[in-house]
Amino acid sequence: MRNKAYFKKQMADAVAYLILIIFAVIAVYPVLQVLSISLRPGDRLLSTSLAIIPEDATFAAYKELFTGRPFLLWMRNSILISFVVTATGVILAALAGYAFSRFKFSGKNFGLLSLLVTQMFPATMLLLPMYIMLVKLGLINTFLGVIIIYSSTALPFCIWTMKGYYDTIPVSLEEAARIDGCTQFAAFYKVVIPLATPALVIVALFSFMTSWAEYVVAAQVLQDSDLWTLPVGLQTFQANMSTEWGLYAAASLIVSIPVVILFLALSKFLISGLTLGSVKG
Amino acid sequence: MLEKNRKLFPYILILPAALVMIGVVFYPFIYNVVLSFSNMSLRNFREWQIIGLDQYYKVFFEPSEPSFYTIFLKTMIWTVANVTFHVIIGVMLAMMLNRQIKGKSVFRTLLILPWAIPQYIVALTWRGMFNYEYGSINLIITKYLGLPAVEWLRSPTEAFLAVILTNIWLGFPFMMVIALGGLQSISHEFYEAADIDGASAWQKFKNITIPLLRPVMIPAITLGIIWTFNNINVIWLVTNGGEPADQTHILVSYVYRAAFGLYRYGYAAALSMVIFFILLVFSLTFMKKTQATKAAY
Repeated sequence: MRNKAYFKKQMADAVAYLILIIFAVIAVYPVLQVLSISLRPGDRLLSTSLAIIPEDATFAAYKELFTGRPFLLWMRNSILISFVVTATGVILAALAGYAFSRFKFSGKNFGLLSLLVTQMFPATMLLLPMYIMLVKLGLINTFLGVIIIYSSTALPFCIWTMKGYYDTIPVSLEEAARIDGCTQFAAFYKVVIPLATPALVIVALFSFMTSWAEYVVAAQVLQDSDLWTLPVGLQTFQANMSTEWGLYAAASLIVSIPVVILFLALSKFLISGLTLGSVKG
Repeated sequence: MLEKNRKLFPYILILPAALVMIGVVFYPFIYNVVLSFSNMSLRNFREWQIIGLDQYYKVFFEPSEPSFYTIFLKTMIWTVANVTFHVIIGVMLAMMLNRQIKGKSVFRTLLILPWAIPQYIVALTWRGMFNYEYGSINLIITKYLGLPAVEWLRSPTEAFLAVILTNIWLGFPFMMVIALGGLQSISHEFYEAADIDGASAWQKFKNITIPLLRPVMIPAITLGIIWTFNNINVIWLVTNGGEPADQTHILVSYVYRAAFGLYRYGYAAALSMVIFFILLVFSLTFMKKTQATKAAY
């Protein structure tokens, strides 16, 4: 009887392993595929071989990317835009989230609710009116135009996350600081902000990722190729795939690796923030 | 003085965020409402005027190719197929990961990978993998399975299937992670008690796992539905803007096409409003329903 139960467990474990291995292969395969293409020599990009590391592997595509293409320029543009968006997002969310967490004021519930409603807007709905506004303001083909749009994308989520985190910090800490003579703002700045660092990191990561990996808006607003961000640039490699396939593969690896590492390291926090935001509504 | 300050302080804190939200979200929203009643297009960019409900009429009744109803149907298929597979695969993998097995964290990391990679890179990579002659999917099909190659991106049905496969690949890790969190919070005692009563694995799954996982999964599924319904990146980049011949659109990608490909601004704005109401009605009823079920246990 004991043996039978043991055998049953062994069988179940074997099935579990099998399923996990199959899906792990499916999850990893496209990444290996990209790695493989990025290492192929230029005349064998369109190979029908399925080997992961090609026989005559070369870094030619990487070299061409950095020396022969405006890849570094796109990267600079992307970093610049993402940096400004992240800084703005963190500051705005840190301030607004604090007000939503600590104070009672008229319009509070309306504010929180309207932040939630914006999450139901169709992805492309605001793009058209915003595009027309940018045309009228002369902001098409400028970084400022993209930054303005991006800064609002992640903001509702960031404010909810910050509010949720502040809620877990005891109010007594600020009260103590106030008794010691701190102003209201100093109590927030000197006591609460340092305690909220984990949430600030998540909000920063989230804002960064929305702008680092955004294609649809950038493709419409940034028409001049000097202003392109990485997604728009990479798409042109892919569009005429016969010649640029290797460059695309090399570039997408370089772009993804830092983001993937950050994401894996912080995924636990991201999820708790996500569920917090959705459950509390 | 102090009392007055106290009342003012939260407004000062909110002001910057409120200005951004009003300027970049609420004002454009109102503007979109106005546009949806107008005849604005590239031709009437400066001298546009309000023309009433014409654009809405066109959305529903204009004999266009593809029609609103076809795209709506495709959007439903797209959303339902994706979210269903996300949840099934996600919950299944979470249950495997929740067992006492070796190498758990390695599997977990590998399985989150599709979620961690930027979406546009996923989409473009899969587009390459679906290439007829050199894409690895057809190579696997012909070399290992001995089947004829599939014209993935050249015929509408296969192209639509290709996009769905891509999006399933990219979406299951989210559900897996959420489900894993939910499973870990279920106490072992329930299962032990069921074992003593001689319950089968299926009975345990049906009567313990599903009901206890439900409160965790429902918000995730609601989010998942809204995200999938709204996901323009994948469909746009895998099919290169709705190829072949605008046959692979869902509603949001068709709005993008109408606005920035066909320059029908008024029409695109009206279509956006219709989509917005569909999403709003769905979210409200779904939230109400799930709240009702929440009270049941």
